[in-house]
Amino acid sequence: MSTATLEPRVHAPRNYLNADYGWKSWLFTLDHKRIALLYLVSITFFFIIGGSFAVLMRIHLVEPQGALVQPETYNKLFTLHGIVMIFFFLIPSIPAVLGNFLVPLMVGARDLAFPRLNLLSWYIYIVGGMFTLYSAIAGGVDTGWTFYTPYSSTYSNTQVTAVAIGVFITGFSSILTGLNFIVTIHKMRAPGLTWFRMPLFLWAMYATSIIMVLGTPVLAITIFLLALEHLFHVGIFSPALGGDPLLFQHLFWFYSHPAVYIMILPAMGVVSEIIPCFARKRIFGYKIVAFSSVAIAVLGFLVWGHHMFVTGQSVYAGLIFSMLSFLVAIPSAIKVFNWTSTLYKGSISYDAPMLYALGFIGLFTMGGLTGLFLASLATDVHLNGTYFIVAHFHYIMVGGAVMGYLGGIHFWWPKISGRKYPNMWAGIAAVIIFIGFNLTFFPQFVLGYLGMPRRYAFYPAEFQVLNVMSSAGATVLGVGYLIPLIYLIWSMRYGPISEPNPWGATGLEWKTSSPPPTENFAEIPVVTEEAYAYAPGEAAGD
Amino acid sequence: MSQPIVPQKTYLFVFLCLISLTILTTGVAFIDLGPFNTVVALAIAFSKMLLVVLFFMGVRHSSGLVRITLVAGFFWLALLIAFTMSDYRTRSWTPAPDAWSSTAPPTHP
Amino acid sequence: MRTRLGRPLVTDAEAHAHDTGLAHQFEDLEQQQEADALGIWLFLVTEIMFFGGLFAAYAIYRWLYFGAFQGGSHILDIRLGAANTIVLLGSSLTMALSVRSAQTGNRRATVVFLLATMILGGIFLGVKAYEYNQKFVEHVVPSLDWAPEGETLARLAPGGLEHAEIYFFFYFAMTGLHALHMIIGMGLLLWLVLRARKGSFTPHYFAPVEVVGLYWHFVDIVWIFLFPLLYLIGGRY
Repeated sequence: MSTATLEPRVHAPRNYLNADYGWKSWLFTLDHKRIALLYLVSITFFFIIGGSFAVLMRIHLVEPQGALVQPETYNKLFTLHGIVMIFFFLIPSIPAVLGNFLVPLMVGARDLAFPRLNLLSWYIYIVGGMFTLYSAIAGGVDTGWTFYTPYSSTYSNTQVTAVAIGVFITGFSSILTGLNFIVTIHKMRAPGLTWFRMPLFLWAMYATSIIMVLGTPVLAITIFLLALEHLFHVGIFSPALGGDPLLFQHLFWFYSHPAVYIMILPAMGVVSEIIPCFARKRIFGYKIVAFSSVAIAVLGFLVWGHHMFVTGQSVYAGLIFSMLSFLVAIPSAIKVFNWTSTLYKGSISYDAPMLYALGFIGLFTMGGLTGLFLASLATDVHLNGTYFIVAHFHYIMVGGAVMGYLGGIHFWWPKISGRKYPNMWAGIAAVIIFIGFNLTFFPQFVLGYLGMPRRYAFYPAEFQVLNVMSSAGATVLGVGYLIPLIYLIWSMRYGPISEPNPWGATGLEWKTSSPPPTENFAEIPVVTEEAYAYAPGEAAGD
Repeated sequence: MSQPIVPQKTYLFVFLCLISLTILTTGVAFIDLGPFNTVVALAIAFSKMLLVVLFFMGVRHSSGLVRITLVAGFFWLALLIAFTMSDYRTRSWTPAPDAWSSTAPPTHP
Repeated sequence: MRTRLGRPLVTDAEAHAHDTGLAHQFEDLEQQQEADALGIWLFLVTEIMFFGGLFAAYAIYRWLYFGAFQGGSHILDIRLGAANTIVLLGSSLTMALSVRSAQTGNRRATVVFLLATMILGGIFLGVKAYEYNQKFVEHVVPSLDWAPEGETLARLAPGGLEHAEIYFFFYFAMTGLHALHMIIGMGLLLWLVLRARKGSFTPHYFAPVEVVGLYWHFVDIVWIFLFPLLYLIGGRY
């Protein structure tokens, strides 16, 4: 990469950041790029909140009898950690930040199809977040983020209704974002941008949006019914009154399983952008990767019963869900093979985005493979309800989705901010995060296999060493997350000014200035070449 | 959404069909068809829905994309109902252990 | 100089485009119309899944407790239900005619048909309110006033009173959610009436009428299913 520094400009060219000033220009903006930054700040805030709950949990778990809080408080910690991280960080993260910023740029449009809906999405998200924060402050919730009935609907004395309202409202933020993306991708592609010339990130956003639009409404009605039962004690989910708790689980997981694909597909899309750029090679099997994204979205809706193998579901239904769960692993595996094949004989550079992408491939694969243990009925009986599950989903959600998110932030940061961050610190942080992550969560696979239950505030003494390792890892991980927060904020003021395409990447977003002007392009571009037209032999940034 | 202008008579005719189907479904409810009461009622409801979708909502003239979107929505709902129902319908295929069906507490050896 | 929402001042060409209702992110009206159409249909799909979750739960309990659902259904007034269905179908007719009037540039007819839709919708809601009140009179309101007696009790007891309460929960939840959507629809219709009277709609720009129309028809379709599923369970022979 070129080391020549640019002359600091006295007057920065007009771009979306300096086009207007004042809080009104941000809170009433219709510019998708500014809305993306509003989301960036909000989800970072919620990440810190959710992460704080995790820190408290890991401190508590250094001792077998618990070192920090009462068991009732511990229950509230893991519940709110889950709710905040899933609904207010992971689900919005890449779509609402990177998606909002990049989708119009990548399709060659001036904005999303419905800019006002986009701003409304953010406000809805904030209102939902306020309800959830209120519920946390007003006493918390102790039902687990899965809200299983009849505990949540009948017996819990915690702020179930408040958090249900919060999650219900936030769901609509998701729905509107997905709706916006689908219409934008269908109807606003620039001349020459056919479906199979689109960057794979757009395919990932499209598949994610399908899930958002089809799945989230079912969560909404489920939470609505839960709130009604909590308020009116009718008994739709309570056995004592004739209801079936499993019906809640069916309705809940119908959304919440596809939701995990909402969280991972965008990260896969980011990886599909980073790998070709830093291997200077066209992606291997473009169409297969594109179709795999859609396949994951569709198949992901057919497997939700694998969360209910041991809660009373019919064994025959379990068989079908188990088989389909094995099936849904296939398109994900195909993508891993495609990324790896892209790397083969590529000209690889190890900038920060690439470190995150490579970390993603390894950690997501581990998380995905361990999912197969859980998809298999017999082994799930042993592993369900243990730390094996906790480790499995954290490998995918943190080792996968968060690494993908950070990789994307690092890749597109020059485009978003017009500045570069110090590559050395970025690399160090990525490695610290990778090490901290594995130290935190690998012991949890072992703990789960040995039988330590999840969601317990205490554990048998023989598990202490592994728990302490996990907590130590969490400290390292926390430090690792802090470092990018610092240098990225630093770079906005003191970072070297970036050229329009610092990585030499393909894609329409790199053909406009960094940062882009408010209207994205002076003239709507015309697309004539295929995606990922990298010439082998160059290094990134030449 | 530049669609052809539908004659008022067409809308009126569709409305009259909808009324007839409503009267029909109400009338059929007074006849004992056993389990087919449900089937007939749903079939009539589906037909009414099709009339509204195709004529009042203009899907007769809509693009393929709109049609696929609509079909996808119903298909996904069908998936939800079918898979959930499959759990309930097959629970009885695995008989519960004898001790579970008695209301007396199990006695331990 | 900036507009209220912070957009930069428009050029002459953009201002002309604005007169025809073209938003700045679209290249031409056709693209905007197609985007609007896809957008509203996607929204309706979310509504299908939203109501759908409720229908799914209903389907399970109806299968589990058919007797109770049948008993509960026979307590409903089938004539009111059928009449209300016809009223709502009529409102769909007037809504479709209103959209057509906007499409042909007939401002007066547009307003008249919109008002007719509102009146029919109001009648539907009025009948619904009466029916809800009847449930209180008969003491078959889950949790709030559940104390069926006399002939009502005789009808509900065979299927199990507990399960009958579940039936009535679904009755209120489904028709209540439907009524909420209708009330929102009435608000949208009022907004349309006010805009139509000002002459906001032309044969080239009547998307809001069309969009609200699609929403209204969807709400009608929900009722098309609610009527047999709630009022016509098991027959009344």
